[in-house]
Amino acid sequence: MSLLHSLLMNLPFEWAQYDFMHCALLAVLLVCPLLALLGCLVINNQMAFFSEAMGHSALTGLALGALLGLADPTVTIVGFAVLLAVAMFLLRRYSTVPTDTSIALVMAFVVALGVVLLSRGGGFARYSSYLIGDILTITSKELGLLSGLALIVMILWTFLFNAFFFVSLNRSLASSRGLPAGVLEVVFSVLVAVVVAVSIPWVGLLVINSMLILPAATSRNLAGNTRRYVLGAVVISLLSGVLGLISSYYWNTATGATIVLWACGFFAVSLVIRKR
Amino acid sequence: MNGSGAIRSCGECCTRLVDFGVTLRGRSVLEGIGLHMHCGELTSLIGPNGAGKTTLLRAMVGELPHTGTLRFIHRGSIENTTPLRIGYVPQKLELDRTSPTTVLDLFAGALTRWPLWVGTRKAVRNEALEKLALVGAEALLTRRISEISVGQLQRVLLALALSPIPELLLLDEPVAALDQGGMERFYQTVSQMRTEYDLSILLVSHDLTSAAQFADRMILLNRTVLCDGPPREVLLNPLIRQTFGFGFTEQEIAGRRPVPRELEHEQCALPMEGAL
Repeated sequence: MSLLHSLLMNLPFEWAQYDFMHCALLAVLLVCPLLALLGCLVINNQMAFFSEAMGHSALTGLALGALLGLADPTVTIVGFAVLLAVAMFLLRRYSTVPTDTSIALVMAFVVALGVVLLSRGGGFARYSSYLIGDILTITSKELGLLSGLALIVMILWTFLFNAFFFVSLNRSLASSRGLPAGVLEVVFSVLVAVVVAVSIPWVGLLVINSMLILPAATSRNLAGNTRRYVLGAVVISLLSGVLGLISSYYWNTATGATIVLWACGFFAVSLVIRKR
Repeated sequence: MNGSGAIRSCGECCTRLVDFGVTLRGRSVLEGIGLHMHCGELTSLIGPNGAGKTTLLRAMVGELPHTGTLRFIHRGSIENTTPLRIGYVPQKLELDRTSPTTVLDLFAGALTRWPLWVGTRKAVRNEALEKLALVGAEALLTRRISEISVGQLQRVLLALALSPIPELLLLDEPVAALDQGGMERFYQTVSQMRTEYDLSILLVSHDLTSAAQFADRMILLNRTVLCDGPPREVLLNPLIRQTFGFGFTEQEIAGRRPVPRELEHEQCALPMEGAL
């Protein structure tokens, strides 16, 4: 951390002189690749809509935290997202309602519930920072939490990536090779829920899903195999993250949304390249 | 036995399903299934839509819970019930046209835990090439599976199911999307595998006459086993007309397939009766 500080301080840029920008940069370097890694398999699993619902569930998680009088609602946001991920898995497995319909229903419910609870007494505006996120307020303690999460994902991605990948191709095929398809699907859903929920205060629940999906979708347009797909998504998300952070400083805009705009730009470029 | 080495169609090992049943969402889908598949024998599974053919395969690979037992009996040992090595060829993969997954990725994902996004090891590459050569598909190694033809993909999936060589090979309507020529070629390859590796093969098929042509045995399934025997006998059985609404005549079947091999049938059945 101190190394990064001294390194950045020597850069001849205005933004590099502020401590909060250092923390924010570190956060971007952690969150962006994390979301991109997950995003690759989210797309393979056709779970983009599911992760969107996870993001929106933060409203209810936030409301529960407020009701319980917690100063930091992270616990309830993560807890509620995990609960919802498991519930949605069970719904998909044991009911005949089509998956996208059930996700739409669940999403409507959690958004409405969250808004109703948060708007009691007209105090909704207080929580609007969760909608757009604020990466500039991140503290070094929170950075520690993020690093821990990044470490966990990296470990899982090292040992279980192939298994997750195979289950996303075909459940029966995965089962025939001795992989516990159901367990892996739950673990993956929960992982997405946790990473999304933890990232929301910094990225904002309105744009979190784009950070998950866009880099992977962009890389998908260009990659010729799975290795390039995953690595490409990480590189693209890092580029969008750093460019987004710096440009949001100069333009004085919300960082999360600015990063997403960069990511959209990269996606557009990838489409053009693919066409040729 | 033909004395020239025990490997060729020994008939002393077999896969046995005893009182096998599947219940889904409280509804019994399959019940009281007793099946007996011998090494080096191709059994074709036929039945109307909704008969439970795919469900049976999904339960056999362990994706769905089942009642009863599924055992593999090695030659010379009645007791041996080591877990069955199953090769499975699904009907299709969940793929979209931008999927960057290559043929090599499939093998690497299945054969090692070494994460795909780090790279592919030489040994995996060699194994993949070796198995692809069996089905004449070496040239496809680095192609994306979203851009190869349905027939090519079926060959690749067959090669994958043969890594490592299984004891039981399950094929779920592998030729459903193939044209006549592709279908013949696929069946020929599978037929060849059967004798070469002494595999028990269970093949779900909609095309009754082709299935009869290549199979040693045919099973008519509708919730349970209705009819089980040499293809000729099964196709001439009045149950066929009752089930499908059309039947076959001697002439239609004649010349399609030489005399079915029946020698093996008793060989495996005898020691098992006591074990029941």
